[in-house]
Amino acid sequence: MRFQFKTEYNDDIRLYQDRVQLAWYVALLITAVSLPLFLGDFYISQVTFILIFSIAGMGIMLLVGHTGLVSLGHAAFLAAGAYSTVNLELLGVPFFLALPLGGLFAGVLGAVLAIPVLRLTGIYLAIATLALAIIIEDIIVLAEPLTGGVVGLSVDSIYLFSAAGPEINIYFTPFRFYYLALAVAALVALLYANILRSSTGRAFLAIRDSEVSARAMGINVARYKTLSFGLSCFITGLAGGLLAHFLGHINHEAFLILTSIELLMIVVIGGLGSIHGAFFGAIVFGMLPLTVSIAIETFGAPLGITSTTLPGLSTGIFAGLLVMFILVEPFGIYGRWLKIRTYFQLFPLYRRDMFRRHKSYLKTERMR
Amino acid sequence: MGVEALNPQPQDEFPRNPSHAPAKPIRSRWEKDAPRCVVAREEIGLEALQLLLGGIANGCIYGLVALGFVLIYKATEQVNFAQGDMMMFGAFLALTFVNEAWFGWPFALGLLAAMAVMGTLSYLLDKLVLRNLFGQPQFAVVILTIALGFVIRFAAGVIWGHEPQSIETPLTGKSVHFAGLVMGLEEVAVIVVTIALTAVLFVFFSRTRIGLAMQASSQNQLAAYYMGIPVKRVYSLVWALSGVVAAIAGVLFATKGTIDPASGLLGIKAFAAAVIGGFGSLPGALLGGIIVGVVEPFAARYLAAGYSQIAPYAIMLIVLVIAPNGILAQMQKKKV
Amino acid sequence: MSLLSVEGISIHFGGLKAVDDVSFEVREGEVFTIVGPNGAGKSTIFNLISRFYDPSAGAIRFDGRDITRLKAEDIAPLGIARTFQNIELFDHSTVLQNLLVGRHRHRRSNFVANAFFLPSVRREEVEHREAIEKVIDFLDLQPYRNKMIAGLPYGVRKVVELARSLACEPKLLLLDEPASGLSVEETQDMAFWIEDIQKDMGVSVLMVEHDMSLVAQVSDRVLAIDHGAMLATGTPAEVQNDPLVIEAYLGREEA
Repeated sequence: MRFQFKTEYNDDIRLYQDRVQLAWYVALLITAVSLPLFLGDFYISQVTFILIFSIAGMGIMLLVGHTGLVSLGHAAFLAAGAYSTVNLELLGVPFFLALPLGGLFAGVLGAVLAIPVLRLTGIYLAIATLALAIIIEDIIVLAEPLTGGVVGLSVDSIYLFSAAGPEINIYFTPFRFYYLALAVAALVALLYANILRSSTGRAFLAIRDSEVSARAMGINVARYKTLSFGLSCFITGLAGGLLAHFLGHINHEAFLILTSIELLMIVVIGGLGSIHGAFFGAIVFGMLPLTVSIAIETFGAPLGITSTTLPGLSTGIFAGLLVMFILVEPFGIYGRWLKIRTYFQLFPLYRRDMFRRHKSYLKTERMR
Repeated sequence: MGVEALNPQPQDEFPRNPSHAPAKPIRSRWEKDAPRCVVAREEIGLEALQLLLGGIANGCIYGLVALGFVLIYKATEQVNFAQGDMMMFGAFLALTFVNEAWFGWPFALGLLAAMAVMGTLSYLLDKLVLRNLFGQPQFAVVILTIALGFVIRFAAGVIWGHEPQSIETPLTGKSVHFAGLVMGLEEVAVIVVTIALTAVLFVFFSRTRIGLAMQASSQNQLAAYYMGIPVKRVYSLVWALSGVVAAIAGVLFATKGTIDPASGLLGIKAFAAAVIGGFGSLPGALLGGIIVGVVEPFAARYLAAGYSQIAPYAIMLIVLVIAPNGILAQMQKKKV
Repeated sequence: MSLLSVEGISIHFGGLKAVDDVSFEVREGEVFTIVGPNGAGKSTIFNLISRFYDPSAGAIRFDGRDITRLKAEDIAPLGIARTFQNIELFDHSTVLQNLLVGRHRHRRSNFVANAFFLPSVRREEVEHREAIEKVIDFLDLQPYRNKMIAGLPYGVRKVVELARSLACEPKLLLLDEPASGLSVEETQDMAFWIEDIQKDMGVSVLMVEHDMSLVAQVSDRVLAIDHGAMLATGTPAEVQNDPLVIEAYLGREEA
């Protein structure tokens, strides 16, 4: 068991708890940077895909996990980021500017949409965002001059700084694309962690846990909810910009309701209320289709099962996993990880009740 | 390099938004049906009337599914996002019991059996799955039921396949003529059954002991528990009831066209209906359903292609923003 | 000099007059207590002052400023902090984070500066922590600094809520039943703290409380209300002996 002695305020403020944790993060970074040495093109692009969805996951985590607002329509902002980034590039804006501007567009759009929608609470907010997820497909088709309508847009390689600058393409230069995604993911994670350890992040947490109390402490709930929605959409928009280039071709079918719901599932499976959870969830989401198809090839062949006889298997399994997690481990993979870690840190003193869930009785929000 | 394997949107597994026009191969059938009634009619007035009648019949089915949402919400303050998929599952069950290719039971018997099975399944669903979330935030239930919807859809795909199928009913193909209007007998049945069911449920909730107990337990779980209401059993009963309603809605839906595992997505439209009507109100659900049902064919007829599918959701968003509690609903305010 | 003055406020819910034409003022540096039977409208007065409810008549002034029409979130920045009758803490955060939220009105950075954690933000964070350590020290919360609220016993949560409102560095502290649910020892601690808050920190306190021994010990003046209407104002002893007050608590003697 480790003890932490804090001798100055910065010990509390810094991003890691102690040297051991710092060492782990450094090791993780070294592994991530050297990953292309061990993995081939195919697996590197898989990891890139996971990274992109980790970024999107962080976007939705900020909203759902840290501000306590549900969005069933985040694919809309993934789309906003994707289309605006690509359109900016078509206008000749280099990628290193187009991506943040595209994210910014998604963020501003999110904040503007949030103003009327966020007056709604709980279930109504979920429904309104669900409606957004449905109509975004139609809007993409209707906004043909910008989106190419049903046909969609072909997305060129990334030219990072200028037309002459480094060209990044998931097929021709997957390692570059991987490092780009890694850099964006790391940067977003850092900014996110910074937000969480300062007054903005604490205001989000306060709103999540008790709106009444937050207002009594002087937090402008409407403004911070809008801010959270905007930041969340900004991050999701960044992921959208990368996703557009990853897919190489985008149309409305890349941004279905299913995508919105999958984003939500990522953070729930990963563990609500932690940045780690976004990554864990994205790993499960990204690995599952591949794992399932390998499993079917290996074990299914003797039984006459192929991926064509069971369409939708991986979505079904993903949903099944989610049901299991909500029932057994509401804090997701990250919650389970914390328990395992605590078990070893305290060995042999760990007790099962240490993470007991506190039962709370739901009180109505209705008042007749 | 396995480019295809990387595609994050497996094209075959998830049906497109059922409202999309040209690019969407899988659509719920009756959207095509609605204009069909129109073709033969010449006069505008009659055409509008015909659209209205078809819309009402469709709307009744939305209303029935919406009724399922509202039932559960009214009693448990949970929202069951899997209601549409439950409807689809109920329809497939009835199809299995009734169709000659499977069991070939008489229609009435098959319908009752489907209702019984759906009721039992929903009861068990609450008892075995949702019970574990008792007292947890609404949010957990939202995610759980969404995931359950996916699981049900997957299960239906495995059992019955993804091809659209139709149910054999005594009503199919017969129609009623009067004053120059044509209505399928199944459409008449849909309207009659829906109105009757709404009335029965309304009386049930406002007059009977168990109905009142259901309302009480939604207002305050703990207080209801202290008053001797077996809150958990009441919850399971409400789920069973909404399962039965889902089965009825499913069968009515299937008589009007075909079903496939993606039919459950109709639930989203029913959702819009429930919101428009006010989430806590049974007649409101029906009204909302009819509004959505009527708006659809008219929007399809008079609006440009692309815009008409948005209409129901646009109405819903407007209602949400202007009157968040719907047209017929209770006040909502949190007590400090 | 009066810090808070409440002038003839009323509010009714449907037909029920929850608060009916109540006026009082809290002077700078005093502990003012509102007493009354259950359902008398005490907490409603609190919710009116902290602007969760809108009064149907009357005015509320703080520091010479009319706050009757302000929003709830604009109250804390003026220097009014409050606690809740049924503890409203941020359950899934640590004690430290809860107290830091109390510092919200003293923040100086915006979210962009926060995201990049500029040196100014770091300095600000250190300042917040210095302020909070004082509160933690004052209320003996050291053992719980990094504990989640969800796992804390009731008595400690009550203290954390007091600590959070003190972290605001308020001019006026609204305490809604600070001793409810506390043991005799904990109530005694609470009494000492309230005295220290008044005497050492110079914070005025407006309190709602049932425990008459606590009320008598710490209050300078007391207002008794029943059915939303004022019964009596005065020192604790005066109010306790007021025939109207006795009647409200014990009921009218028949015959």
